Amino acid sequence: MSVIYILLTISIIVAVVFFVAFIFAVKNGQFDDSYTPSVRMLFEDELVKEEPKKSKKPKD
Amino acid sequence: MEQSTCFHCGDQCDVNVINLQGKMFCCNGCKTVFEIFSENNLNCYYDLQASPGAIPKEIEGKYDFLSQKNIIAKLIEFDNGSTQIVNLYIPHIHCSSCIWILENLNKLNKSISLSLVDFGKKTVRVHYNSETSSLKDIVELLNSIGYEPYISLEDFSAGKKHISRTLIYKLGIAGFAFGNVMFLSFPEYFEVGEYWLEQYKPLFRWLMFAFSLPVVFYAAQDYFFSAYKGLKAKILNIDVPIALGIVVLFLRSTIDIMFDLGSGFFDSLTGLVFFLLLGKFFQQKTYSFLSFERDYKSYFPIAITKISKEGIEEPIQVYDINKGDRLLIRNEELIPVDGILINGKAKIDYSFVTGESETVSKLSGDKLFAGGKQTSGVIEMEALKTVEQSYLTQLWSNDVFSKVKEDSFTTLTNLISKRFTIYILSIAFLATLFWLVVDSSKVMNVFTSVLIIACPCAVALAAPFTLGNMLRIFGKKKFYLKNTTVIEQLAAINTIIFDKTGTITSNKKNTAMYEGQVLSESEEVLLKNTLRGSNHPLSRSLYELLKENDIISLDQFEEHLGQGIQGVHQHNSIKIGSATFVGTRESSVLNTVVHISANSAYKGKFTFYNSYRKGLSKLFNTLKKYYDLAILSGDNEGELGNLKKILPAKTKLLFNQKPNDKLEYIKYHQSEGAKILMIGDGLNDAGALAQSNVGIALSENVNVFSPACDAILDANQFQKLDAFMKASKSAVNIVKWSFVLSFMYNIIGLYFAVTGQLAPVIAAILMPLSSISVVVLTTVATNFIGKKLE
Repeated sequence: MSVIYILLTISIIVAVVFFVAFIFAVKNGQFDDSYTPSVRMLFEDELVKEEPKKSKKPKD
Repeated sequence: MEQSTCFHCGDQCDVNVINLQGKMFCCNGCKTVFEIFSENNLNCYYDLQASPGAIPKEIEGKYDFLSQKNIIAKLIEFDNGSTQIVNLYIPHIHCSSCIWILENLNKLNKSISLSLVDFGKKTVRVHYNSETSSLKDIVELLNSIGYEPYISLEDFSAGKKHISRTLIYKLGIAGFAFGNVMFLSFPEYFEVGEYWLEQYKPLFRWLMFAFSLPVVFYAAQDYFFSAYKGLKAKILNIDVPIALGIVVLFLRSTIDIMFDLGSGFFDSLTGLVFFLLLGKFFQQKTYSFLSFERDYKSYFPIAITKISKEGIEEPIQVYDINKGDRLLIRNEELIPVDGILINGKAKIDYSFVTGESETVSKLSGDKLFAGGKQTSGVIEMEALKTVEQSYLTQLWSNDVFSKVKEDSFTTLTNLISKRFTIYILSIAFLATLFWLVVDSSKVMNVFTSVLIIACPCAVALAAPFTLGNMLRIFGKKKFYLKNTTVIEQLAAINTIIFDKTGTITSNKKNTAMYEGQVLSESEEVLLKNTLRGSNHPLSRSLYELLKENDIISLDQFEEHLGQGIQGVHQHNSIKIGSATFVGTRESSVLNTVVHISANSAYKGKFTFYNSYRKGLSKLFNTLKKYYDLAILSGDNEGELGNLKKILPAKTKLLFNQKPNDKLEYIKYHQSEGAKILMIGDGLNDAGALAQSNVGIALSENVNVFSPACDAILDANQFQKLDAFMKASKSAVNIVKWSFVLSFMYNIIGLYFAVTGQLAPVIAAILMPLSSISVVVLTTVATNFIGKKLE
């Protein structure tokens, strides 16, 4: 069997994997709100800053 | 007067400043929210954005209905016994601080496991434990921090909304197939005739065929349906030649590879569908936080308090109100049905219905109309009708509200495509006839080639990209359109009709004239200081109008609800308020008046005038060159003289117009061929907005509610109306120029097709090239126009 069949199969499988990933992403609603996540990811730091403060309080 | 702004809400605090930890607050509400946040280590809220908050409203008892099981069941999205999920609309969401605080709700209430904000839709989805908390707790918590959710009758009757994602799926499939087909067809573009290539040709071609199947049968579905619908209605819309092109492309390509005649046009086919869907996607921009389809349901509460015969208060659904029921309306609550006031002092704000901001006082026995909002204290009323039969809600039974406006409007694209389709078909037949005589072996080739190359991809893309981009530019300038068709309709307008109150006047009344005896200096000081203590809207605006005076502390201050205020300092006393309160008989029917008496002697009155929006006169003078102008007002003629002074002489002025009169007026002029743009604000304009060719709702705050319309314009942008109209016209011109450009590509393509030389590679170059150049042209041109809007 020619190597072309293997290469074609691999390339199409890879393409289909990404395609299926896309379909699932849409299905899970990842494309419904394209703005809030961009803001949300910037909050992470402030939240971490807060955790130690909170855990200190009960000890005091 | 010290000018300081509240740390929490950013409002100016002029009367009672509250100091806490070196920060200033305008009221106790704001201070309380700040305290809640600092107790829970949520001070970051104020770091992300300066004064992001809102003053929490008093809601005692307002959400009692949320403890009723059947109402909860309608509102929540998910319930498994212990966990409930609810999606709440919060109009105040406006900045990153809002997202941050709402997503950290679990720090304020332990039962909340997760809260997620959708900024675009201004909603928050809250997951909470229903055993330790309830929907009412969640809503009250949100309210206590200034994020009052808006729960209306619409949420109750609409049920679960279904989100349609089909276009994204289709776009994904078409893009996926387009990329893969491109990649598979690439070797054959060069046709070197190699042994290696020859051997695997069929495999490559059948793979391309396989990839094109979902594109033709799924992604391109809408074009077939739309073409079929068009043909059925005997209209040659743009989708007819597109559908024809897709079918011919697919059949010709399949036959080509079946009989080994060529490599087929699968690349062009998938590319075409992909580009077309991209255009659709681009056009589909919607302002999800605005609603253009509102009727009374989005204004009305879900439940109201009913007083049973035994005197027990219980919340009941608005739809369950029967004639004769006794209802309790609290402060800030909306009257859901027509009825009679039984007891309590009613001050009703009918601004939802009439656009008039002045409150109306009613005495027991007076009739109350649905849609009014009670603004002082608690009242009891008896229902005379059910919700659907009330005066206001009946307006919605008019058939304008069930008609779909777009259907009656032929877009430029469809206008062109009618001729275009006929021309293309005749060229195809003529070329076929020619080749029948000259060389009959080429007949099928030429006929299909013409239909393939003439497929109006670029034509179909011109309008979506131009108008879609224009829609976005308008949106940035706070002019929100329902869809792209509105731009085309705006360009065709020849008559503009304005509502008066709230549209050409601003809602704040800030000009007042004094008539009567001149006030002495000590009286002026007393007047100003007495007004200072009152929170009545008229006192507030009069206070701001008067020149500054020393601050003195009054010996006595009394506020008589619905009548006026009284202040005493040393041995001077002053009374400010209605004619009867002050003790004069004189009263004005047409204008809003505040009377004043000092030491029991009548002094004079302040008459308030509507203040017109900035740039009104200039706007009218610019518009009158191109459009017929008219003003339809629900008000009396009190302002006639003033308006005549400001506006161009040709402007028609009509007063005392009921909602239905406005609608009929527009209908009449439309029957005479006028294309009417209606600009209004209140629910009383709803009929007129629906009847007009384009209805624009003017809104002081786009997040609060406006009637059903085609576009929402921020009131601060009102003076730019002529610029928007001009830009719409230019946008339509751009569409026309893009048509010219794409026809040029078509002529080049047709040359290859008619002479029988159309190779797949030419089609594969021409089609994307024409589409991309049209997209580039339209985007650059619309951005240029957008720049001029500054």
